[in-house]
Amino acid sequence: MSGKTVHIGCGAGFAGDRWDAAVPIVATLATRDGPRYLMYETLAERTLALAQQAKIEDPSKGYSPYLERILRPVLAQAKAAGIRVVSNFGAANPTAGARRILEMAKEEGIAGLKVAVVEGDDLTTVMSEGDIRGHKAVEGLAMPEGRMVAANVYLGAQAIADALAMGADVVVVGRCADPALALGPLLHEHGWSLDDLDRVAAGTMTGHLLECGAQVTGGYFADPGYKDVPDFGHVGFPIAEVEADGTVTITKADNTGGLVSHRTVKEQLLYEMHDPANYLTPDVTLDITGVEIAEVGPDRVRITGAKGKQQPPTLKATVSFEGGWLGEGEITYAGPNARRRAELAIDVLRTRVRDLGTNWPLRFDLIGTVSTFDGDGGDLRAASDWDADGEYRVRMATKGPDKQLAQWIADEVLSLYCSGPAGGGGVRHRIAPQITTASILVDRAKVTASARLVEENA
Amino acid sequence: MTDTSTRRVLRVPLHEVAHGRTGDKGNRVNISLIPYRDEAFPYLREQVTEAAVKKHFAAKGASTVTRYELPTFPAFNFVIDDVLEGGVNGALNLDTHGKSFAFHLLAMEVDMPEDFVLHPEKGMR
Repeated sequence: MSGKTVHIGCGAGFAGDRWDAAVPIVATLATRDGPRYLMYETLAERTLALAQQAKIEDPSKGYSPYLERILRPVLAQAKAAGIRVVSNFGAANPTAGARRILEMAKEEGIAGLKVAVVEGDDLTTVMSEGDIRGHKAVEGLAMPEGRMVAANVYLGAQAIADALAMGADVVVVGRCADPALALGPLLHEHGWSLDDLDRVAAGTMTGHLLECGAQVTGGYFADPGYKDVPDFGHVGFPIAEVEADGTVTITKADNTGGLVSHRTVKEQLLYEMHDPANYLTPDVTLDITGVEIAEVGPDRVRITGAKGKQQPPTLKATVSFEGGWLGEGEITYAGPNARRRAELAIDVLRTRVRDLGTNWPLRFDLIGTVSTFDGDGGDLRAASDWDADGEYRVRMATKGPDKQLAQWIADEVLSLYCSGPAGGGGVRHRIAPQITTASILVDRAKVTASARLVEENA
Repeated sequence: MTDTSTRRVLRVPLHEVAHGRTGDKGNRVNISLIPYRDEAFPYLREQVTEAAVKKHFAAKGASTVTRYELPTFPAFNFVIDDVLEGGVNGALNLDTHGKSFAFHLLAMEVDMPEDFVLHPEKGMR
């Protein structure tokens, strides 16, 4: 193999991922040669809307609330070993995130850390709310009502590569396509052009395999007796080794549990994919139908043959709105005749909520029969007989615009303690503000992504 | 598919033949279906059709099922529309992402030569 190998490890696959997953990644990368990167994916669809609200309340906030917890344990070793960090943990405020990282570097005694931000994902800076709402929502949902709280476009990889060319040790991005967190370093290190569609496809596939962390190393895969994963409690996070020709090898951090097999790779390759011949990203349309997947060593899988087609003419954006209040409550019935007592509890709840005079939608689950596979109408549950004795948990959920009413409805579950069927226990009830989102497709010409270095006190 | 061998054919849940994972976008999920034995692929193609999957997810309100075939993996990818009752936005279901739905698909029963079944002793006939 000619040319250098780029190593990219992934230390987080979503906002709530293991806080210390990057520690073995950085320890492993520190023993390898050549360009080495650590990426974190921390931004779900609604995470960014919550960050936007945090920024409105405090302009020094709005980056990922997990930034410090996941980065601090590895920042000094990464800098010392020359491992560069790329993440979307900038969320709604990459500049504030970058400043916090510079402060952290000072606290940790790290000298000379260069931090860059990538900007341009905030659609509200280039488009009015009316223009944004004027777009048609895709993916089978209508444009929601309610106050708009955020609109962010998925940026591509070029501005990340630009930030690395400026010498950044840490690149702080807001919303970008998740695979761009890996493609950016690959464009920079291998000198790939965005016109080199098959290489860009390989880099995008690499990012897609890494972006969910342990989902390619045995996480979300284990199924005892069918798909067993060794030392699962210590599941290691993935590392990709990418050659200049686009050959990708997926492996994982040294001295960890978990598994990299052709099966873990296949499950993750198809994760959140619709047409496998046309996976749309800002940088390329990826076709994985011809890839070859080979186990080339213990926990080492090589993937070749990704094909690239012209990038789509539009960029996807997520628009977030205030979405009212969810109210829910649960109570358990166990032992003799539990099912009929639980069903009576559902009848009582229906009566009580109707008496409140609301027409909010209600859903009842009887956990222990069939619940999550059933529709709101409960057709599957009604179609089967269930044991009268046993252990059943009633769950009620509702949603509507008014916080007070959401609370009153949820409180009806609590009041079953004294006024419901015999022997109910273990009530949990809560209300929670909701954020609804829609996806829209926007004109590329409206969006400009750019990179800049952030100075400590600028 | 005509099976000319003398192997027994068992009625089993897909879980004995294949594995898969759900992903979601909006009010739509995709579910991958990856056989443990490559030779099971044509049997799955014949039985796990778009119509059969739509029927299997009827209680969830599935409107359209599209099946993509990846014969060289081999694997299938099913895209199921309108199955999330509003998706993470509006659904009142506990599993608003539909993350558990792959295992609903894996509960679907198929007829399969016993060689392609992980635990033939669990076969239903």
